[in-house]
Amino acid sequence: MQLTLWTYEGPPHVGAMRVVTAMQGVHYVLHAPQGDTYADLLFTMIERRDRRPPVTYSTFQARDLGGDTAALFQTAARDAVARFQPQALLVGASCTAELIQDDPGGLAEALGLDIPVIPLELPSYQRKENWGAAETFYRLVRAMAPAPAPRSERGGRRARCNLLGATALGFRHRDDLREVRALLDRLGVDVHVAAPMGATPADLQRLTEADFNVVLYPEIADTAAAWLERTHRMPRTRTVPIGRRATLAFVDEVAALAGLDAFAAREALDWRADWYARSVDSNYLTGKRVFVFGDATHAVAAARVAAHELGFTVVGLGSYSREFARDVRAAAAEFGLEPLITDDYLEVEARIAELQPELVLGTQMERHVAKRLGLPCAVISAPVHVQDFPARYAPQMGVEGSAVMFDTWVQPLMMGLEEHLLHMFRDDFEFHSQATPSHLGRSGTPVAAEPVPAAAPEVNAPAAAPIVVPATAGAAAVDPQWAADAERELHRIPFFVRGKARRNTERFARDRGVALITVETLYDAKAHFSA
Amino acid sequence: MNARQDIPIAVADGVLRERGQREVFCGLTGIVWLHRKIQDAFFLVVGSRTCAHLLQSAAGVMIFAEPRFGTAIIDERDLAGLADANAELDAVVERLLARRPEIRMLFLVGSCPSEVIKLDLSRAAERLNARHHPAVRVLNYSGSGIETTFTQGEDACLAALVPQLPAAPADEAPSLLVVGALPDIVEDQFTRLLQAIGIEAPRFLPARRSGAMPAVGAGTRYLLAQPFLGDTARALEARGAQRIAAPFPFGVEGTTAWLRAAAGAFGIGHDTVERVTATARERATTALARQRRLLEGRRIFFFPDSQLEIPLARFLSRELGMQLVEVGTPYLHRTHLAEELALLPRGTALSEGQDVDRQLDRCLAAQPDLTVCGLGLANPLEAEGLATKWSIELVFSPVHGYEQAADLAALFARPLDRRQRLAA
Repeated sequence: MQLTLWTYEGPPHVGAMRVVTAMQGVHYVLHAPQGDTYADLLFTMIERRDRRPPVTYSTFQARDLGGDTAALFQTAARDAVARFQPQALLVGASCTAELIQDDPGGLAEALGLDIPVIPLELPSYQRKENWGAAETFYRLVRAMAPAPAPRSERGGRRARCNLLGATALGFRHRDDLREVRALLDRLGVDVHVAAPMGATPADLQRLTEADFNVVLYPEIADTAAAWLERTHRMPRTRTVPIGRRATLAFVDEVAALAGLDAFAAREALDWRADWYARSVDSNYLTGKRVFVFGDATHAVAAARVAAHELGFTVVGLGSYSREFARDVRAAAAEFGLEPLITDDYLEVEARIAELQPELVLGTQMERHVAKRLGLPCAVISAPVHVQDFPARYAPQMGVEGSAVMFDTWVQPLMMGLEEHLLHMFRDDFEFHSQATPSHLGRSGTPVAAEPVPAAAPEVNAPAAAPIVVPATAGAAAVDPQWAADAERELHRIPFFVRGKARRNTERFARDRGVALITVETLYDAKAHFSA
Repeated sequence: MNARQDIPIAVADGVLRERGQREVFCGLTGIVWLHRKIQDAFFLVVGSRTCAHLLQSAAGVMIFAEPRFGTAIIDERDLAGLADANAELDAVVERLLARRPEIRMLFLVGSCPSEVIKLDLSRAAERLNARHHPAVRVLNYSGSGIETTFTQGEDACLAALVPQLPAAPADEAPSLLVVGALPDIVEDQFTRLLQAIGIEAPRFLPARRSGAMPAVGAGTRYLLAQPFLGDTARALEARGAQRIAAPFPFGVEGTTAWLRAAAGAFGIGHDTVERVTATARERATTALARQRRLLEGRRIFFFPDSQLEIPLARFLSRELGMQLVEVGTPYLHRTHLAEELALLPRGTALSEGQDVDRQLDRCLAAQPDLTVCGLGLANPLEAEGLATKWSIELVFSPVHGYEQAADLAALFARPLDRRQRLAA
């Protein structure tokens, strides 16, 4: 058993729902207990979809367990096909139904339906949401495009590719798709089929007519794309176009696959974010210490953008995507870091607390941690909540994606002039060192959540209960104490670097067996670490 | 077993009973408000990743603080052998309590997976109690979807609390216990009103802290503040408490009848209630009149969700002049709802249970002015042109009593008001 306060991914059947909800003409019959329909609101509320997901649940209850839950499932499947008339039917079990072993695949087959029925085996106690999405998409592609088709000749037509990986409930998938389509069009490449988002089973049958596949989200589409490569000899892209450098590498990769010269298209791209990062106003961003966590694709891309396109220092990199741990390890090695591969929220929290970064780039969950620790934070990856399905155009990929990331990541940081002034004058009644950046509009509000009376309205910071963060490695040694004047001096250091200063000084003292930290120790440590 | 189980059967009492796909929450959702009500309690669900995901989707992602709930996620190794699962659970509890030393009450909450593999949480609670009592009291209940629907999770939780309540002295004078988690402000208002009527020390279940739970005994008269507390009522009666039958305190009429019933049980006459409540009633009636302008004559359709549907339908029809198209409830407790059913307009279409596709057909055919439904249905119905009121808000907002009567009406009026504004 694993103690879980927040989970980075849902169960695998939610991944399957993301695929079918993105598509058209597919229906999913899910053997599941009453209550599992909560998953509908992920789509209707968080993504604000205007129709119900194409999912029928058997919603069995305790009284059904004594009877025939298999018959219940068959009734649900038969009624769903009659009512929704899909082109293909997916059937599967949720975690509880997996335990009662009714075999939805066999039961659906016994119904003798006249449409393709694709059984899904999603092991709920081993695998998670993204794996479920990848497996579902792979099963669908395999079922709809089974035999190796003869490769179509290019002739005089433009090169064409499939865009694979965008699903419902994907972080910015809607706008990434639009941005990449425009980029490909500019290169002279047509999009043949985009899937799962917007595709029908009939579209999946046409996948093999394209010249190659563009894999936008490896977590979801790589299994299917690898199968298409093996079975249908369709090459696939490996670079995900998030960030300027990655987008340019992607353009070169696509050009090579399409047999095109990309020079003109490359030159025409207008990198506003690049100019912004070079402008003197961004000077103070240099070396800002950033912690990055998310799914493998977004975390790796964000770390590279942070280091090479914004001039931050990446002090931590991690991912909950165990299936792509190798990619994260390779990227972490570029920064000389030990990657954090975990789906344990508490471990991530402990690492952030230990590293004391100046900015956290993470998921919705890292916003919880950052809020608790009083750190600026921006969201770069799912899981996300409703505010990260914005109405405005907000891709992460391509040229516009770079611009969106620049704005989003810099916004939570204190602006340059204010930062300088805080270094100079610490006791201003309004712009004091405990205050949030004034451009965020809550002047005087303490950064770290302070206990408020229980009667305070919910919108304020809720009362923070004392949380005992487990001691990190190395803390077992005797902790040095702070002399009062040293503590006072420490508080003269602006808050966003104070955590790091405290940590470095304590480490310095511990390493040298200094029991009492004085002002001298503080400056000794400062000199030591800045060397 | 080929006979279709979901054919709607209209039985003699006029209630349509349906079986089929149910678009409802499971009882785990009750944790979302219970963890805020009992401030030193922690709710540990023993379940799957789905359970953890449900909790954080339904509420958690909006709460940017350490919540007082979590999930012990069962994995493959636990499924291999039960003895191992128990040891794993103990380790999870150790880790949790070390992290949250301020926790005084721990609920182990059963889920569908834990029920199906028959993990015995009551024995686990006993075992953990032996280890952690008196610092922490460990209780258990089931919030599984196979056994509970939405608010029934609160019922299961309170029913688990009842045997743990202190015993009232045998010779104690009759005392009043109000049952059902209420917003603090409502609890305070009811306390003031009941005291003014002459009921000295009304107590509430659950209390705000685990150490302050009310005593119960043969002198206890309990009054339900919520309609979904069947098991809790049974547990209270097993300890000698007696129920005061009443409609539920929604709107002016419901609140007055509820207070009168309480007063009556203590030998206090209606005239006292009239006198004490006169100002509040007048204030609420005036405030309701404003909402009535938007709601009167409008047709409303309730999908089943919380069991609050029947009392709310009564309030909306009698005090705001709305017309009831269909009132769906996940479960109908005939005894506890008897006073409410008597107040509903004759011939109101009631349904118990659900076959969601058929119910959607009925709803779309009826084209009601306002549809009360869950979040999974609300936006799709809006896209079909129907105005909706998402039902969960009715459980999360202060809606009981006089001072909230107009707020409750406003929850229904707001979607209609909004439509008018956006159409203009």
